[in-house]
Amino acid sequence: MDNSEGYAIELRGIVKRFPGVVANDGIDLKVRRGEIHCLLGENGAGKTTLMRVLYGLYRPEEGEIILNGQPVHMTSPRAALNHHVGMVHQHFRLVPTLSVEENIVLGLDEGTGPFVNFRKTREKISSIANEYGLSVDLQTKVWQLAVGQQQRVEILKALYREVDILIMDEPTSVLTPQEVDQLFTTLRTLVDDGLTIIFITHKLDEVMQVSDRVTVLRKGKVVSTLPTAETDKPTLARLMVGREVVFRLKKGPIKRREKILEVNDLHALNDRGLPALRGVSFDLFGGEILGVAGVSGNGQYELAEVLTGLRKSIKGRVFLAKKEVTNCSAREMNDLNVAHIPAERIRMGIVPALSIRENLILKKYRRPPFSYREFLDNKEIEENAHRAMSDYQIAAPSYETPAKLLSGGNIQKVILARELSENPSLIVAVHPTYGLDIGATEQVRQILLAQRERGAATLLISEDLEEIMTLSDRILVIFNGEVMGILDAESADIEEIGLMMAGTRHKGEEL
Amino acid sequence: MGWETWIITTLSRSLAYGTPLLLGTLGEIYAERSGVLNLGVEGMMIMGAYSGFTTAYITGNPWLGILVAAVVGGAFSLIHAFTSVTLKANQVVSGLSLTMLGLGLSGMFGRGWEGKPLPATIPKITVSGLSKIPFLGPIFFEGQNLIVYLTILLVPLLWYILYRTRIGITIRSVGESPATADSLGINVDRVRYMCVLLGGILAGMAGGYLSVAYRPAWTEGMTAGMGWIVIALTIFAFWNPAYGMLGAYLFAALYHLSYRLQPWVSPELLKAMPYAFAILVLIFVSRGTLQKRMGAPAALSLPYTRGEE
Ligand SMILES: Nc1ncnc2c1ncn2[C@@H]1O[C@H](COP(=O)(O)OP(=O)(O)OP(=O)(O)O)[C@@H](O)[C@H]1O
Ligand SMILES: [Mg+2]
Repeated sequence: MDNSEGYAIELRGIVKRFPGVVANDGIDLKVRRGEIHCLLGENGAGKTTLMRVLYGLYRPEEGEIILNGQPVHMTSPRAALNHHVGMVHQHFRLVPTLSVEENIVLGLDEGTGPFVNFRKTREKISSIANEYGLSVDLQTKVWQLAVGQQQRVEILKALYREVDILIMDEPTSVLTPQEVDQLFTTLRTLVDDGLTIIFITHKLDEVMQVSDRVTVLRKGKVVSTLPTAETDKPTLARLMVGREVVFRLKKGPIKRREKILEVNDLHALNDRGLPALRGVSFDLFGGEILGVAGVSGNGQYELAEVLTGLRKSIKGRVFLAKKEVTNCSAREMNDLNVAHIPAERIRMGIVPALSIRENLILKKYRRPPFSYREFLDNKEIEENAHRAMSDYQIAAPSYETPAKLLSGGNIQKVILARELSENPSLIVAVHPTYGLDIGATEQVRQILLAQRERGAATLLISEDLEEIMTLSDRILVIFNGEVMGILDAESADIEEIGLMMAGTRHKGEEL
Repeated sequence: MGWETWIITTLSRSLAYGTPLLLGTLGEIYAERSGVLNLGVEGMMIMGAYSGFTTAYITGNPWLGILVAAVVGGAFSLIHAFTSVTLKANQVVSGLSLTMLGLGLSGMFGRGWEGKPLPATIPKITVSGLSKIPFLGPIFFEGQNLIVYLTILLVPLLWYILYRTRIGITIRSVGESPATADSLGINVDRVRYMCVLLGGILAGMAGGYLSVAYRPAWTEGMTAGMGWIVIALTIFAFWNPAYGMLGAYLFAALYHLSYRLQPWVSPELLKAMPYAFAILVLIFVSRGTLQKRMGAPAALSLPYTRGEE
């Protein structure tokens, strides 16, 4: 046992296969007690799979899990929790209709039979929350919370179960910069108290900032494990991708053209029938990227849906190239050459069970050259697929592969290839690089900039301020369904945008 | 007949007729809260009615009839649980098949049982003292049977369990977000089995009540669409046992009133009324966004497989 001294987790030779893919191909990983250990790797490298194996959600075909020197069988999440392993998933595992405290005690047996002693649990939750700076109102229903707060609930849930090991799968992709700082402070306090944390991220800055050691995965295998202090960003990037990567976006000067989109006093309701947009107005020009910054849940998704015909507005007007398009259907907007890169790429961007080839023609299979009357022209469709896969570097076994089996980055490339194939006049892109690795992110951003160069008008909705700052020409800040102001990206100050995202109106001159 | 007696009889009969509706609805609420849509209520009810009646006839013990009805309803519901939870089949198809199967089986075995008189039925009780309360007394405390009261008692009990206990939190989480429940070590399939089973037991009891207590006789297809009313009432009740009670008795009262229209309205039309009601409720709430607002369990009718979310 002496060689496992000091290691909280040891994974030995983990192999996990899915039909057609080896997601984890003999992975060895050692995590020291009390460290923050980053897992880094491209989309589809196998990070989530490995963590799900550790959390008992997947049974590996081969390999061993050793916790604190003891081999364990992780047969289910229950087993993992019994071994004090907790996980905050990439997509939160919360019940939106339950209150915060109900979510926290869910699934526990605290010796009180069917009854919950909420007075006692509240005390315990509050003391944890105070200790680690995770305050959140316990009686609120989870659906009413902002994403950052939901994440706190996730962490509280794990701490309430007294975990020693906390796995966090891409926890920062949904947070504002301030929230990320807060999270890092919390994580530091946790490690100081003896917890061990595994942290998955695509952002190299975060790796450098927060971790003690980092393990890089590529195509299901460990490439290297390094102390963070002895490495740097370019090295990590090279290890991840397997070749030299250059970070340089080519963004030319703005060549503003005619006005493409005009939105006047737009009002709309959200799914629960509450006001989501309250009088939004702006103009958008060809050759321009207008970034929409805001904390999630302030109306930006509803705005994207109204502009793509997926949601009806209740007041206000929308003009596309001087033509009124208020409350046109999604089909009509599509026929007017509006491209939509939706937030939920699997639910709204693709038909998961259809092949890449079929997904690529979803917008235009009704017309020649892809179909004549009732018949599809398969030769054209296949050629189109070949072209798209090479133009956009879509990595897949073949164009017959069902879209659902692709990694996040490749799904996004399929969507981009389809949406941008007809040179759209307006592009509505909702966090287009969410969850993508650095390589794919660069590529997607480059594609959007190329569209700007061509003269397309782009509305870029994202919670990633850095992305908005790098790509946009102007930045619109939205809060509670209202426009707080529109700033010039060149001179915009990130502090000020942060304040506006929290509801302060812009004082200067409106653009 | 004075108008007061008229109202009292109508309300008292509504209480009696609403009981099986309420039992079925309470069960379906639990099944759907756990994420399983069970369209087999009609089938489970009729199986309960048939088995309850024959048991009571053979043994002469009506209570044994009710017990067997509950057991048969529960056993029948396990077919649905097996196909939809274990095999992850389409819940609509599986539920509809269950209804067809129940109607078919009970029709086949029920031949020869029609028109037979039951030696003993569930006794009607009069609570002396309370029945003297003007107006309310004769409605609630005269000529009802024990099952009516037990059913009413079930409402606060099931409400409390659903909203105030760990069991309820677990059931609701399984119906809203099975992946969350699973990742906290809850056995999603087991919770769903239990809820479907409870639904079956209550639906079976409802059927037994019909053939042993309410109208002690067996007729083929005697549930006459009640199972479908239950489905509609479950939605109408916003998946809440308290509103379920309101809906069940309200519907029962309407149903009785409409029967009083028999001299003027054709019986075919009256027979179609339950279905018309079900369709109306479904039309009213069929919009997805409205259902969401009303609190339909988010994972209703969606099978859960770990790792595929
Ligand atoms: N349930 C599943 N069924 C089939 N294939 C799967 C499943 N889950 C993951 N895969 C495949 O396994 C591989 C590894 O996926 P995994 O989700 O672990 O990657 P990841 O490193 O977490 O990527 P990302 O950065 O995009 O989150 C991918 O090729 C993926 O398509
Ligand atoms: Mg992942």
